[in-house]
Amino acid sequence: MKKLGILINGILKENPVLVLVLGTCPTLAISTQASNAIGMGLAATVVLLGSNIAISALRKIIPDKVRIPCYIVLIAGFVTIVQMLVQAFAPALNESLGIYLPLIVVNCIILGRAEMFANKNTVLDSALDGIGMGLGFTLTLFVMASIREILGSGTWFGMEIPVLIDNNISIMTLAPGGFFVFGCLIALVNKISKGKAIKKTEFGCEGCPSAAACGKLKSANCGKESEV
Amino acid sequence: MEGLIHLDFKGLIVLLMSAVFVNNYVLQKFLGICPFLGVSKKLDQATGMSIAVIFVMLLATAVTWPIQYYLLNPNNLGYLQTIVFILVIAALVQLVEIILKKYIPSLHSALGVYLPLITTNCAVLGVTILNISTKYDFVSSMVNSFGSGLGFFLAMVLFSGVRSRMEGGETPKAFEGLPITLVAASIVSVSFFGFTGVIENLFK
Repeated sequence: MKKLGILINGILKENPVLVLVLGTCPTLAISTQASNAIGMGLAATVVLLGSNIAISALRKIIPDKVRIPCYIVLIAGFVTIVQMLVQAFAPALNESLGIYLPLIVVNCIILGRAEMFANKNTVLDSALDGIGMGLGFTLTLFVMASIREILGSGTWFGMEIPVLIDNNISIMTLAPGGFFVFGCLIALVNKISKGKAIKKTEFGCEGCPSAAACGKLKSANCGKESEV
Repeated sequence: MEGLIHLDFKGLIVLLMSAVFVNNYVLQKFLGICPFLGVSKKLDQATGMSIAVIFVMLLATAVTWPIQYYLLNPNNLGYLQTIVFILVIAALVQLVEIILKKYIPSLHSALGVYLPLITTNCAVLGVTILNISTKYDFVSSMVNSFGSGLGFFLAMVLFSGVRSRMEGGETPKAFEGLPITLVAASIVSVSFFGFTGVIENLFK
């Protein structure tokens, strides 16, 4: 039962995009078409699963001081594998994801989960966490991309929608639409959960993968230096 | 000969200007959103972060471009690009921090906080990979990186102004905090559409 909890946790309670607010860059950039969103989500899920398993398996071997560089190398390795697979089997997806495929390396979700979960838990739990978080990411990307594609281009997975195709709001597929839809989705989650879901109303250091490196977390002053 | 140099120079200016205004990394390409939303609350922080980003972007480009063309490409190791670049950037950031700490402590105390955060800033890795994938030569790559850094700076400074105005305003309960910030970013992003086409026609 606990295992199922870990899996569900990533999809709903700690949704990486809408609740933890990690990985905003690909979320905003890729969510113009539902098919791209699914591709990006799955690519990130594969990397997340691989890196979570590898990091939790090696958690007793990797020295604490150099763990961040080690994690980055492991993650970059998995990203390269995924990049090669996508190039070989889905060249069209490779074309539309472009620069954002190699940029999975710096996706905060992956390094964040390595720091927050994989280096403290067993291999099986970490794998489940990776799948859950990956699915949560994919699902959110899919919902956001659907909204943007239906309103912005009047299509869904490339299928034309009768009335909307002639009345599309093209700004929705452009940059401003991305920020706007993302803001509204977070507000919706806030509204439904009556403000309980989003623990992070500002970008703080809790979720920041570099927190350990920047050392401000220890000074208990993290992300608050503006008030000092 | 002179005409050629002149043409090249003009091309570089267009490249610089369009990197700053039209292809703005934050507002049009969605790279470096985390620092954009996280550090843009106060003007001085926004400036410090952006200067550190410009610095690291230029340095990273200066190092990664030769690596790609003189080390990876001749040896058919192009697929190692992602791993090598992220490691180079991470090492570079560490190195810069150590050097600044030792020799220019005043600059270190101003920029030091932001340096470790830059390793995971996707704008830096993004600019180095884009320079290679769009096949810019070395000078164009450097100009593009500088322009991208300046664009980041511009977006940060503009947005910190917008946010400081927003702090006093009343927002619906559900929109408080992050959502309203994103909606504001959307409006700032609209304003950048005004530059589309201007740059190309300015230097015709």
